[in-house]
Amino acid sequence: MNMDAQLAAHLSGGRQAGGTLLEVKNITLRFGGVEALKNISFDIREGEIRAIIGPNGAGKSSMLNVISGFYHPQEGEVWFRGEKRRPMRPHQIARQGLARTFQNIALFKGMSTLDNIMTGRLTMMRRNMLWQALWKGPAEAEEIAHREAVERIIDFLEIQHIRKKPVGALPYGLQKRVELGRALAAEPKLLLLDEPMAGMNVEEKEDMSRFILDVNDEFGTTIALIEHDMGVVMDLSDRVVVLDYGRKIGDGAPAEVRANPEVIDAYLGVAHE
Amino acid sequence: MMASLSRLRLASPEGVGLLLLAAYAAYGLFWLGSIDERDRLFFYEVTLSGLLAGVMYSLVALGFVLIFKSSGIFNFSQGVMALFAGLFLTGFMNDFGVPAFLAIPLTVAVMVAVAFAVERFVLRHLVNQEPIILFMATIGLAFVLEGVGDILWGSDVKPLDVGLPRGASDFLLDGYGLYVEKLEIAAAAVAAVLVVALSLFSQYTRIGRALRAVADDHQAALSVGISLRTIWVIVWSIAGAVALVAGIMWGSKSGVQFSLALIALKALPVLILGGFTSIPGAILGGLIIGVGEKWAEIYLGEVMNALFGLNASWFTAIENWFAYVLALAFLLVRPQGLFGEKIIERV
Ligand SMILES: Nc1ncnc2c1ncn2[C@@H]1O[C@H](COP(=O)(O)OP(=O)(O)OP(=O)(O)O)[C@@H](O)[C@H]1O
Ligand SMILES: [Mg+2]
Repeated sequence: MNMDAQLAAHLSGGRQAGGTLLEVKNITLRFGGVEALKNISFDIREGEIRAIIGPNGAGKSSMLNVISGFYHPQEGEVWFRGEKRRPMRPHQIARQGLARTFQNIALFKGMSTLDNIMTGRLTMMRRNMLWQALWKGPAEAEEIAHREAVERIIDFLEIQHIRKKPVGALPYGLQKRVELGRALAAEPKLLLLDEPMAGMNVEEKEDMSRFILDVNDEFGTTIALIEHDMGVVMDLSDRVVVLDYGRKIGDGAPAEVRANPEVIDAYLGVAHE
Repeated sequence: MMASLSRLRLASPEGVGLLLLAAYAAYGLFWLGSIDERDRLFFYEVTLSGLLAGVMYSLVALGFVLIFKSSGIFNFSQGVMALFAGLFLTGFMNDFGVPAFLAIPLTVAVMVAVAFAVERFVLRHLVNQEPIILFMATIGLAFVLEGVGDILWGSDVKPLDVGLPRGASDFLLDGYGLYVEKLEIAAAAVAAVLVVALSLFSQYTRIGRALRAVADDHQAALSVGISLRTIWVIVWSIAGAVALVAGIMWGSKSGVQFSLALIALKALPVLILGGFTSIPGAILGGLIIGVGEKWAEIYLGEVMNALFGLNASWFTAIENWFAYVLALAFLLVRPQGLFGEKIIERV
């Protein structure tokens, strides 16, 4: 489905379609003796922005890594689009329509912004570009379609000025933006963002918040994001999961979660015994 | 390029290196002008044969760079792969009478099978291991390939003739009085075609793009849906095919024999010179080493004797160790090689 089709789907349906897109059930993940996730269950609904919050080391990134297949939990199940997911490797999960960004930015540092975003569409490409050099035809049409989609993303994220720049040399905030662009290029059903605003100044955070809201609004993309800034979480998210020391201690609407005493304890750093 | 030149400070090791190089080139030109016609012709011959020998080193280094770039694996067995491919090719041709045009694709199929086996039985089990462990695994692989080759085909020297032209090039001999083997010219042409084909492949095909992505960042590549395993099989297959080309060239020259694996060790200094991640670097490094060692062999003894009164006979057979000394010197000045990326310790 291309972005226009998604847009049309959005206009006719809107974001509150609300069926369950992804569900994790009783996930337990251990690293040696450390239990990074303890029996975690929650769901992500179609079209919503779901935040995952919690103090440092709570297991947020681990949760995202389980959903995207980078970590394999010892126990529990992941259900995606109504089906129990068999154990899969990350690239297979990506091809099912799940895109992500990383807490520590994983870009192709030697490539330009354009090429980085283009890789997001790599698995959609059918024909070899070499064909295009030899025989203009279908391959060219396809390449042009992919380029147009990428250019639209570049315009959308307001990064035209760095199209040709190698991303390794870009400032941190822009790198985060390019990484988001690459994830968007895959036209995912579910977009996972691990601290998309970490290390940004207020203005950059506002830009990023706007992009995330627009992606959700205009393309109807379901988003799960990890974020430390409570203000941002309150503004962006429809529902929030709270993790602490690998346990789930809260789940619900932002205001509800903020009022939860256990969550307040975790955030105020009440001693854990 | 201009920016990097203007940033180059003469006081830096690189600046000193460049100055020395310029002085050396000036001296060389001056010297070339001062010698008589016959000596000059001889110098050209030495240089050409060095260049062409260098192409052979480049071919081995090329396969090595491909694997190193895409998986960070320092593939010790690249030279042995050339031997292995050569053994199968001569085996098919000499023992079974398969014609070259069939034996070559058959051997490519064997190398692809090797690539699958390497991924299935080695790489898959060693993901996320330290580079040194992967390196040790490729040493093991070298022994396995050598052993299998020996058991299947025996360790005697096998002549190889896939129909490449032989003898001196008449054109250069009659026209310019230069003696150059046709085979070596063919090797240079094949290497050039190979490099162009590889760079087209990596720039313009979907798999080529995926390959570059994997070479750049594994996690990111996975996240956009690229299968590392598939890429590794492809890369090792390509490296196997490049090894076959190297095996054919070396084998046509001096027969397929086990010392080929040793000659291939020269790929290491080539890589230090060219940088471990650069395809043009592998080619240029091979040429520099090829020419350098021929020059050293012919002229260095004389020069050292004239300059420092050293015994010229100390420098006979310098061809065998010149490359390593040059690489060592290079490590001190520019550890990342001519074209390599700056080496930054990953944390
Ligand atoms: N690959 C790994 N190997 C071993 N331990 C790990 C690994 N990944 C995470 N952990 C451990 O799991 C726990 C949860 O880590 P995780 O990165 O998921 O936390 P987080 O909530 O994302 O924290 P932060 O806010 O700092 O990013 C920590 O104790 C961490 O040390
Ligand atoms: Mg984290």
